Amino acid sequence: MTTTQLPPTGRRLADPTPALPPRKPRRRRRNLREQISGWGMIAPAAVLLLAFVFLPAILGFGLAFTNARLVSPRPVEFVGTDNFARLFADPTFWRSLLNVSYFAVVVVPVQSGIALAMALLINKKFRGVNFFRTIYFLPVVTSMVVVSLLWMFMYRKDGLINEMLSAASFGLINGPDWLNDPATAMPAIIALSIWQAAGFHMIIWLAGLQSISGELYEAAQLDGASRWHQFRYVTWPGLKHTRTLVLVTITIQALGLFDQVSVMTQGGPLDSTTTIIYEAVRSGFKQQETSYASAISLVFFVLVLLISAVQRYLSREKD
Amino acid sequence: MNKRFTRILATSVAAAALIGTLGACGKGSASASSEGSNEITMWTHNAGNPEELAAIENIVDSYNKSPGAKAKIKVQAFPQDSYNDSVVSAAASGKLPCIVDIDGPNVPNWAWAKYLTPLKLEADVSKNLPSTVAKWEGETYAVGTYDVALAMLARASDLKAAGIRVATVEKPWTKDEFQDALTKLKALGKWDYPLDMGTAGTGEWLPYAYSPFLQSFGGDLINRDGFQSADGALNGDKAIEWAQWFRGLADQGFMAKKSGKDSTQDFLNSKSGILYTGSWAADKARAAVGADLVVMPSVDLGNGPKIGGASWQWGVTSGCGNSAAAMDYLSYSLKSENLAAIAKATGTIPATDEAAALLPEYAKGGTNRIFMELSRNYAVMRPETPAYPFIATEYGKAVQDILAGADPKTALDKSVKAIDANIKSNGGYKN
Repeated sequence: MTTTQLPPTGRRLADPTPALPPRKPRRRRRNLREQISGWGMIAPAAVLLLAFVFLPAILGFGLAFTNARLVSPRPVEFVGTDNFARLFADPTFWRSLLNVSYFAVVVVPVQSGIALAMALLINKKFRGVNFFRTIYFLPVVTSMVVVSLLWMFMYRKDGLINEMLSAASFGLINGPDWLNDPATAMPAIIALSIWQAAGFHMIIWLAGLQSISGELYEAAQLDGASRWHQFRYVTWPGLKHTRTLVLVTITIQALGLFDQVSVMTQGGPLDSTTTIIYEAVRSGFKQQETSYASAISLVFFVLVLLISAVQRYLSREKD
Repeated sequence: MNKRFTRILATSVAAAALIGTLGACGKGSASASSEGSNEITMWTHNAGNPEELAAIENIVDSYNKSPGAKAKIKVQAFPQDSYNDSVVSAAASGKLPCIVDIDGPNVPNWAWAKYLTPLKLEADVSKNLPSTVAKWEGETYAVGTYDVALAMLARASDLKAAGIRVATVEKPWTKDEFQDALTKLKALGKWDYPLDMGTAGTGEWLPYAYSPFLQSFGGDLINRDGFQSADGALNGDKAIEWAQWFRGLADQGFMAKKSGKDSTQDFLNSKSGILYTGSWAADKARAAVGADLVVMPSVDLGNGPKIGGASWQWGVTSGCGNSAAAMDYLSYSLKSENLAAIAKATGTIPATDEAAALLPEYAKGGTNRIFMELSRNYAVMRPETPAYPFIATEYGKAVQDILAGADPKTALDKSVKAIDANIKSNGGYKN
């Protein structure tokens, strides 16, 4: 940002109009003042981020190579890559990686699709549109812990969902014990997560939709484009940047799956819902193994970084 | 560009250094002024339990007003869920209060971490319930004013209808009798599951409730000789037998793999015939069921019935500036009338016979006297080793996995491997 405000000094010296020599120092002074106030404005955020995000993160990466404990009288020792060796030999870790991939692979397309559909539905002008916007957005402002607790009751063997299935099928379908069956626990968590979070991405899609000029649609209508063609050739290309944002945010959110698992299943049954973050919290706090939890976090960080980089690369501007 | 970058770096380093010094200052001054000698702080976990908190505050008030008080005690209450985290983070920053309460099985861990100092009390605790005195490596680190006991609750009318005898402390049910009782109760067709073991429980409930069964079979959470390995104890033949038996209760339809949210309420609503729970549920059950309620000891699975020992206890921290006053208060709180007041408020078992004599329900012949006998006769301490918090999480996971259908041997072998690796990486948890 600052580079565009400041033209390179070299070119200014080569300026063929030397009629304005007194402007130069004044401009430089003004620039300096602007710079100072600029730095001053980002300083509070920068300091807080440094102190509470970057420093702990760096310390955490350091801890991953030690044998630090949450509660221990023993001095911390450097143990090299022991924690990582243990981590990669742990079947639960690989299972949690698999679970998170499963979760992300389903949630990313389905949630962004549903969010886009909802955004298209409420991007119309009709009476009561705000009512629907509020309804769709309501789950987002409800805490995930509360949502998880409520759905836990709904998912029980004699819970609301099975009662509804049974009533709708005239007693033919006898629903499973959703959260206690390794086959259905993860799908159950996926459904609830999409329900809770789709509203947020709906708002992002909506912002993108409203930034597309109405003239484009008028022109497309004059050309006789069908509804589908309007979506395909006007809306979809117009949402390019929004798409990247939605993709990246949903992916990161999906990889960080924790709340639902912690409240509803504690990783069970038989590790079918455990996740990387859940394993990190379990080893760091319940099992007091700070260093091992740091190693898990470091692996998670690298993973998110890689995936984001790949997504960034795939969705880059291609000129 | 480069210059600007250097400036960013310089600013951030300066800011970080500043914050670092501020933090250090904060820490330094806090530990220096830690506890003035005339007022000491006491932390308790029961902010969410008004009756227990009120009982404790009463004792503190009377101590503060007593002429012999060596210091003024100030009570700070925390919610139970965040209590342990609060203590651990306070310890990390050197801000522990003088007196803390501790869940019994955690005492060795905190003693090992040097949070706690050995107790030197005037009060004689030799006659207290053994499970209320927490020892580690020959020293007493914490004392409890009460304990709780596991038992089985049932309705006498149901047992009679099924033709089953009531188990007693003198003659508890054997494994076969238990099997027979459950079969007969199930045949009554009165409930979906005749037995409720609280299988929806999480955290400390899992080792507290189910490791006594393992011990009754002859297994254990760890080899108690030196506490260096769980191999053979937690994955030996006896442990496999336990796992198969426990899993079998669910497979035969005697109990749910995951019970309801509130097992006591389910029992009172006649959703289960036998409820396996702690003494804390007894008063509520008796109020609802009345004289029909029977309290029975746990099952004898080979080595006599076993139940978990130790509940919340009190200890003095090693950084306490006035530990003499802290010990003096603890001795004061162990007086019979104080023990009785807390036990009455919390529905728990008072730590001594003298205190029990002050409470009609716990006095000889009282309705809750049986819990005291259960505690005296059957209580097994959870392994007194600093490794316990880790063992508890591993065992809890094994229980959940076994119920969910995991192969017992595989699940238990996995726990043993993790426990042994943890002990080894902590240098055997030696002092």
